[in-house]
Amino acid sequence: MGEIVVELADVRYRYPGAGSDSVAGVSLQIRKGELVGIVGPNGSGKTTLMRLLLGTLRAAGGTVSVAGKPIDQWGRRDLARIIGVVAQREEPAFPLTVDQAVFLGRYPHMTALGGPKRADHEAVARALDRCDVTQFRDRWINTLSGGEWQRVRVARALAQAPEALILDEPTANLDIRHEMEVFELVSHLVHRDRMAGVIITHHVNLAARFVDRIVVMNHGVAEASGPPNQVVTREVLERVFRWPVEIRPWRGVPQFVPLTSDEPDDEGRKHET
Amino acid sequence: MIRWGLLIALAAFAILAGIALGPADISLGTVLRSLLRGGDETSVAIVRQLRVPRALLAFVVGGCLAMTGATLQALVRNPLADPYLLGLSGGAGLGAVLAIALRLPGSWAVPAAAFLGALIAIGLVYRLALVAGAILDPRILLLAGVVVSAFAGALLGAVISLSPAAELRNAMLWLLGGFDAASWEALGLFSAYATPPALFLYYSSRPLDLLSLGEEPAQFLGAEVEQLKRRLYVAASLLTAACVAVSGIIGFVGLVVPHAIRMVWGHAHRSLLPAAFLLGGTLLTVADAAARTLFAPRELPVGVVTALVGVPVFAILLRRWAR
Repeated sequence: MGEIVVELADVRYRYPGAGSDSVAGVSLQIRKGELVGIVGPNGSGKTTLMRLLLGTLRAAGGTVSVAGKPIDQWGRRDLARIIGVVAQREEPAFPLTVDQAVFLGRYPHMTALGGPKRADHEAVARALDRCDVTQFRDRWINTLSGGEWQRVRVARALAQAPEALILDEPTANLDIRHEMEVFELVSHLVHRDRMAGVIITHHVNLAARFVDRIVVMNHGVAEASGPPNQVVTREVLERVFRWPVEIRPWRGVPQFVPLTSDEPDDEGRKHET
Repeated sequence: MIRWGLLIALAAFAILAGIALGPADISLGTVLRSLLRGGDETSVAIVRQLRVPRALLAFVVGGCLAMTGATLQALVRNPLADPYLLGLSGGAGLGAVLAIALRLPGSWAVPAAAFLGALIAIGLVYRLALVAGAILDPRILLLAGVVVSAFAGALLGAVISLSPAAELRNAMLWLLGGFDAASWEALGLFSAYATPPALFLYYSSRPLDLLSLGEEPAQFLGAEVEQLKRRLYVAASLLTAACVAVSGIIGFVGLVVPHAIRMVWGHAHRSLLPAAFLLGGTLLTVADAAARTLFAPRELPVGVVTALVGVPVFAILLRRWAR
């Protein structure tokens, strides 16, 4: 098994004024060469968990450590050399070119006033190439399609030369082709280039095909965690998503089909909602 | 490189024009002679003691306002931000007028009071804007800026109407903005006061690039966002206060200039900030020359000139931004 990059132990967090914990005791290890998928219904604590993991929220209980050091002892700049993030929301206030956008990923490696060095140019070129966006490098980011922009953002995270890559719903609003491209890219980066990877997603079926381990979040706890075969089961999904499903293995990978509420399942049972 | 050359040439031309133009009818030849070798005493005195410091002061103030505007735009992620519209200038003006009305002693009293005023104003604007929710809505932020400016304006009016006549005249001069009090001493004071925050803004160019992506992405890319924002607001308040203390409330330079640079130069702050400084200086020096000469021997407040240019430009920007 790969070296641990991020480790969460019994982490808890409650938003000020909220009646219950958004994250209520989650433990998780993120290792090099392993892609972890975090799935779960809206409001189950996925994004909160990511913020705790990245130190933008401070855990009320439990510990988060990155490369063996507690998260609150990390400066953002040093942390950005270890973890690259593709966050859910980002609206640049001013247009940039793809090249400029990816160069921002070199910030943690550059001095305040010095120009980019050879290592910076090389890292950017490599990242652009790895994400197959080199041909766009002079385009303005506001002229890119959703899928192209997501790949540029992954390239920017790669330009940070991180050990771990964390993506929060990177395929929201993307069509099937772009969705597949993003999942394939992330899978390659983790499995071939031996990065540690976390992908938060609503696509349980895609996660089951691409990730090594799925964590199913529900009401702030990891309801189930393990390889897709153990986690993507009718029992777990119906409990967590509160909707009738059927599991149809496809090439050895469990895939689920949501049923409409008046459809009987394979065994002829009708679901009560 | 060509663009920098052009900007520097424009700046030099503006400063020369600022020195050459004025109510006293002095020919360009006499101006140059007075600058370089000397000549008759009156011309030398006018050129060296009045016009040169005035043109230079207008230049550095314009430059600082433009840099501050560019910084605020990245901070609040809105191309329509500027120290005037966000209420910093109003707050600084109120602070400065209070210092004058209360006859606070020392040459640092007015800029210090202006700084406090600017800082309180931006703090208020920020609090007001956050009432709408935890995420800063740029439109509400601008609205809050307008409200705080209006409030500062009302207090200003109260202070002025309650002050004895002599202070009142001084205070009135502050309100509209102008460089008629320019001197080498004012230039020196301004430079001493404004250089550190201006350098700090330039030093923060890269993190400013990150901030314009949004606070969370900026953090993930390595910026210490909260600390950075605090320091930048303080630096922007210091700069605005320095400008207001020497020249009163001058609007729209901080809005129009960065925008023009952004269109030609792009948005990387490492070139945006110095370019905005040069163009802002150029614009305000020319505006001041126009203010002195258009209705000579009467003088327009330079804030009136920049508003006459700035408001139509603001209207155009608003249209583009709203689309």
